[in-house]
Amino acid sequence: MQKFSLLDGLVVPLDRANVDTDAIIPKQFLKSIKRSGFGPNAFDEWRYLDHGEPGMDNSKRKLNPDFVLNQPRYKGAQILLTRENFGCGSSREHAPWALEDYGFRVIIAPSYADIFFNNCFKNGLLPIRLDAAIVDALFKAEAKTSGFKLHVDLEQQKITTPDGTVYPFEVEAFRKHCLLNGLDDIGLTMQHVDDIRAYEHRRKVEAPWLFS
Amino acid sequence: MNNQTLYDKLWNSHVVRSEADGTALLYIDRHLVHEVTSPQAFEGLRIAGRKPWRTNSMLAVPDHNVPTVSRVERIHDPVSRVQVETLDMNCKEFGVTEFKMNDLRQGIVHVIGPEQGATLPGMTIVCGDSHTSTHGAFAALAFGIGTSEVEHVMATQCLLIKKTKVMQILVEGKLGNGVTAKDVVLAIIGKIGTAGGTGYSVEFAGSTIRGLSMEGRMTICNMAIEAGARAGMIAADETTINYFKGRPFAPQGELWDKAAAYWQTLHSDAGAKFDKVVTLDAAAIKPQVTWGTSPEMVVAVDGRVPDPKQESDVVKRSSMEHSLAYMGLQANTPITEIKIDKVFIGSCTNSRIEDLRAAAAVVRGKHIADNIMLAMVVPGSGLVKQQAELEGLDKVFIAAGFEWREPGCSMCLAMNDDRLSPGERCASTSNRNFEGRQGQGGRTHLVSPAMAAAAAIAGHFVDVSK
Ligand code: SF4
Repeated sequence: MQKFSLLDGLVVPLDRANVDTDAIIPKQFLKSIKRSGFGPNAFDEWRYLDHGEPGMDNSKRKLNPDFVLNQPRYKGAQILLTRENFGCGSSREHAPWALEDYGFRVIIAPSYADIFFNNCFKNGLLPIRLDAAIVDALFKAEAKTSGFKLHVDLEQQKITTPDGTVYPFEVEAFRKHCLLNGLDDIGLTMQHVDDIRAYEHRRKVEAPWLFS
Repeated sequence: MNNQTLYDKLWNSHVVRSEADGTALLYIDRHLVHEVTSPQAFEGLRIAGRKPWRTNSMLAVPDHNVPTVSRVERIHDPVSRVQVETLDMNCKEFGVTEFKMNDLRQGIVHVIGPEQGATLPGMTIVCGDSHTSTHGAFAALAFGIGTSEVEHVMATQCLLIKKTKVMQILVEGKLGNGVTAKDVVLAIIGKIGTAGGTGYSVEFAGSTIRGLSMEGRMTICNMAIEAGARAGMIAADETTINYFKGRPFAPQGELWDKAAAYWQTLHSDAGAKFDKVVTLDAAAIKPQVTWGTSPEMVVAVDGRVPDPKQESDVVKRSSMEHSLAYMGLQANTPITEIKIDKVFIGSCTNSRIEDLRAAAAVVRGKHIADNIMLAMVVPGSGLVKQQAELEGLDKVFIAAGFEWREPGCSMCLAMNDDRLSPGERCASTSNRNFEGRQGQGGRTHLVSPAMAAAAAIAGHFVDVSK
């Protein structure tokens, strides 16, 4: 997994609540058996004027000029600023894969759907929860400044705006540790195989029907 | 320790070890697998040279991509075909039990788990699919996971996870005529919102819930995720235990007795504390119809499409306006005046035998309206289909102008050929009315099977309680 520690990133505002995973990556792209290459189809139905299907040459498709990601000023954005309940809906990890492949490293929103939130951390993507009022202030500040960037420091757990305002954020210690070091969960869990075996041993006596 | 919630009991019995920050290594008893979210996980195992920890905890089935018209030919969409064949290949290579596309036992993963007794009370159950919450109806701790976690469970039989808060949703009283589990859960989502359950596991309780069949309870837990809760659950009782008698994967003989005795303990204790309690009066719930692009955008069938002008919250107002534009609806339109083009009866929410019986009872001896371009019934599994055919329900549907299909996810998410065209309006028994969910530009109204059936006959929504 990609490490994450510091980022100075351009912010793109996606001013909608309840952006669901079907919107982040439409289902036709879920037919892929690969883990990469979803970036060009992130937000496909909003981003292009035609209907996207796997295997199309996305560089030849007509972009929707009204969609915020397509505006030239947001080219190269690495921070997605959005509203509550981002990533609701399906468990598809293709959603964070698409966002990450597009180039995002950080998402800022007042709240996230649980599964999506989890999936982000497995893919080097940092979802940050901030109060709705702060998110609103960031939307306003962004609208006023072209090239609005934020400085995100995971180690210190803080975001700094161009005018020097600092917003601290919460992140679970374990997830932070994994993200800072780019650790693979499976490798970590494998250090506890004895505990898993001991659990199974005990459980087989208590509830043997679970193992047949 | 006699003040535990059901969630506490399920959690505590599965903790392998805990980290200082509360993250636990939780043991997983059952891992259900389907073709869409597993290929990258199997590939990950292969690349790392790992083997599944316990293949007999796994059960795989293709469901999202499978065609519903015929099972004789190969899947003609080459991309879908590769995905289904990749599942077959992976299951073969790693020794995982799979019900292949042509197996009578094939069906939607959340329908076949319980049907086979692969889902059991007291289990921890995961699947790379958000509607895994369905299995919580059996007093199991069941939730959806992403593909990285699928790989993690395959490799270690465990998940790294933190405890959630617990919400109790109490529904008390008798349901009115024509009001079903689907209406109850839509009313719950309407009340608490799609993010209302975020950070919680929800236990559904109260006399109304206890009075439901297992099918109805599954419908309720299925949509816990639409309220933002990762898991939904219901205490075990006689209805739960009786459901498993004679199921292929369920314990038999002495083991059955031992298991059943344990299952009796799977309920919240009398003094258990919940982080939040929400109460609903069953008698006040009417048949529900969603009008927007989020399941919380729901009203009673005798109501009207809401008016964004009445909404004071700016973010909410703008999402209402956006939804109405997408749905092609005018504020204040009576719900019963909304005409529909297509009807879909199916999905892991409402494709079990009881759902099909309810829909068939409404359409028996009638015919779909002229404006209905397609009405389809997609049973949840091959066994549900077989049972329905034994009861002659297929004939009832076909005589009424419905198409009778092969089992799978079908137009719930439109990954196969079953989908809406832009602008088409559908009465659907599925669980998500997101933009484009049933096909790009398609407009979905979520309803119960009886409501969908009645809408097919009338050509517009009607109040089945009347
Ligand atoms: S029926 Fe629909 S919601 Fe259920 S598993 Fe299939 S696609 Fe998902």
